[in-house]
Amino acid sequence: MSIKTPLFLASALAIAAGTSAWADGHATTLTIATVNNGDMIRMQGLTDDFTEKTGHKVEWVTLEENVLRQRVTTDITTKGGAFDIMTIGMYETPIWGANGWLVPLDDLSAEYNVDDLLPAMRAGLSYEGTLYAAPFYGESSMIMYRTDLMEKAGMEMPDAPTWQFIREAAAAMTDRDNEINGICLRGKAGWGEGGAFITVTANSFGARWFDEDWNAQFDQPEWKEALEFYVGMMEESGPPGYATNGFNENLSLFQQGKCGMWIDATVAASFVTNPNDSTVADKVGFALAPNSEGVEKKSNWLWAWALGIPAGTQKEAAAKEFIEWATSTDYIELVAANEGWANVPPGARTSLYENDNYKDVPFAKMTLDSILAADPTDPTVKPVPYVGIQFVAIPEFAGIATEVSQEFSAAYAGQQSIDEALAKAQALTNDAMEAAGYR
Amino acid sequence: MATQHSRSAARLMMAPAVILLLGWMLVPLTMTLWFSFRKYLPLRGGDQGWVGFENYVRFVSSSSFWPSVQTTLIIVGGVLLITVVFGVLLALLLDQPMWGQGIVRILVIAPFFVMPTVSALVWKNMFMDPNNGLFAHLWKFFGATPVEWLSQASLPSIVMIVSWQWLPFATLILLTAVQSLDSEQLEAAEMDGAKPVQRFGFIILPHLARAITIVVLIQTIFLLSIFAEIFVTTGGAFGTRTLTYLIFQRVLESQNIGLGSAGGIYAVILANIIAIFLMRIVGKNLDA
Repeated sequence: MSIKTPLFLASALAIAAGTSAWADGHATTLTIATVNNGDMIRMQGLTDDFTEKTGHKVEWVTLEENVLRQRVTTDITTKGGAFDIMTIGMYETPIWGANGWLVPLDDLSAEYNVDDLLPAMRAGLSYEGTLYAAPFYGESSMIMYRTDLMEKAGMEMPDAPTWQFIREAAAAMTDRDNEINGICLRGKAGWGEGGAFITVTANSFGARWFDEDWNAQFDQPEWKEALEFYVGMMEESGPPGYATNGFNENLSLFQQGKCGMWIDATVAASFVTNPNDSTVADKVGFALAPNSEGVEKKSNWLWAWALGIPAGTQKEAAAKEFIEWATSTDYIELVAANEGWANVPPGARTSLYENDNYKDVPFAKMTLDSILAADPTDPTVKPVPYVGIQFVAIPEFAGIATEVSQEFSAAYAGQQSIDEALAKAQALTNDAMEAAGYR
Repeated sequence: MATQHSRSAARLMMAPAVILLLGWMLVPLTMTLWFSFRKYLPLRGGDQGWVGFENYVRFVSSSSFWPSVQTTLIIVGGVLLITVVFGVLLALLLDQPMWGQGIVRILVIAPFFVMPTVSALVWKNMFMDPNNGLFAHLWKFFGATPVEWLSQASLPSIVMIVSWQWLPFATLILLTAVQSLDSEQLEAAEMDGAKPVQRFGFIILPHLARAITIVVLIQTIFLLSIFAEIFVTTGGAFGTRTLTYLIFQRVLESQNIGLGSAGGIYAVILANIIAIFLMRIVGKNLDA
């Protein structure tokens, strides 16, 4: 064997190794933290499409909502660098954006068409006009109800009912012997769970978290009225143990046919009408979230689950590619092709609501109407110094509201009176606000 | 007998391990102490300087502090009582000759190998759920209204879940002690006319004293920092917020590192007080 053969083989090996190293360097593995909601689970199933298109791989860290918030907040404040993309919401994005903790998404490609994002979503995910997270789906809250049970009760759901009507209808639908509860609502402690729901309910009774000088308002009659109404209605017509129920628990109850009505995120509509998961898929109607008689504000919120990139990640370019893929119109069409138009992530893009295919989806219009009816800059009857409907957009809110919602959950469970819960909420909120320098 | 030279060599060889272990404990403890005197708010611009004892005063004067200490002590006391009483009974039962003894013992010990988060999830969703849980179905079968375990009987529920996890540990230690008991002594007592209760009270229980002491000491150390079971089931609501959980809320949910660190130091002090108390009361059993 001449010397040329080994030399040739060695060169070929070197080139092969070099090419493989380049390929490894080019193909990136992204670590993405996300919430265990159905749309995100669906996205995980479609990740191969992204990998095929870009060569980048994806590792998912899927967590329950409360846990996700703590994990990503800790990671970003300590600059832990565990994630390349984080699933965050309208509460975190402006605060983190202001701190310079997120990569600005001001250079997304022309095909992405950032102007197509619903204005409310885009505004809620921006800080000083710069987008810091792209909405994967947007939501408000609305009523989902069983048309068959409503008919059986001899009632008809108006498009925009009041709480008083809802209470009456819930009582009429309740059939405890057959495990049917007139209404299922959140009571689980946690600012984004029961805390979010009771806040919008209170808004619709004319209550607010703070006055214009950041004094807590739990000692005001509107809060008491809202809580008394809520506890009274749930005792009459709610499921057992509602004080520990959050979004997923109520979704499961509704899908099992155990709820006459459920007021929660608009995004749930696709899950309750999906015959693969829901036993009542063909018997669900929709209506706007209720308001109390004489109060103009409805109990609907505004939220987006969005994808943001923590500043300092080494994989910024690949992360942006993923965000463009996951929040694009192409992705929406991919889901539609695989699972039907009813299952596409809703509430993020204007074009979706102009799409003829989507107009036939039974909850499309009500979702859009609910989103458009929510205004985070004017969330309550009386004036407030904060932005946000089901939250107050200040860094201290998550800690305060979690404790407040714990006090409320204890009242729902009958462990303390409504007056006790409100007094404790008032004291702990004022203490925390004073310590934070607001008062 | 070790020479001066070999003793020096031993010290030198042990030094890395000792330094590592000291560092392992001292670094976090020193950092906690350091942060506890500082206003450290990651969401509000980070470390904002020295605040003296302000965090300590705020933590202890918060309306949540004493209830959380009380909850911690109730959970620790409840679990200790259940595990020791049932541990002794189970140990005596498992000591009896029976068919399939090996399998029974493995089954009894099995819960100890289940992760706390997993067992808490199983208890929450499969047993205690008031709509779909096994207990709810049992209650309904007998015509009773299902108990809303985690909201209406939250502390007993947590004690039950944790006891289920720790009972195997207690049983295992106590079984070993029961097996080391001289059977001739029991036979002699029986021949002298001692009744079963007397045999248990005057022979078996004193013999188990050391093992019970070990169970109490080891379990107390772990139970003072109980967290996962509460996090998964109630999220600290319904009066189940222990001191550890309160510290977690201050640090992670409120993002107040200084305040949480002061809480951490209080927890260390509390743990030491309990440890000294326990050593004085029950630790004397270990001297023999």
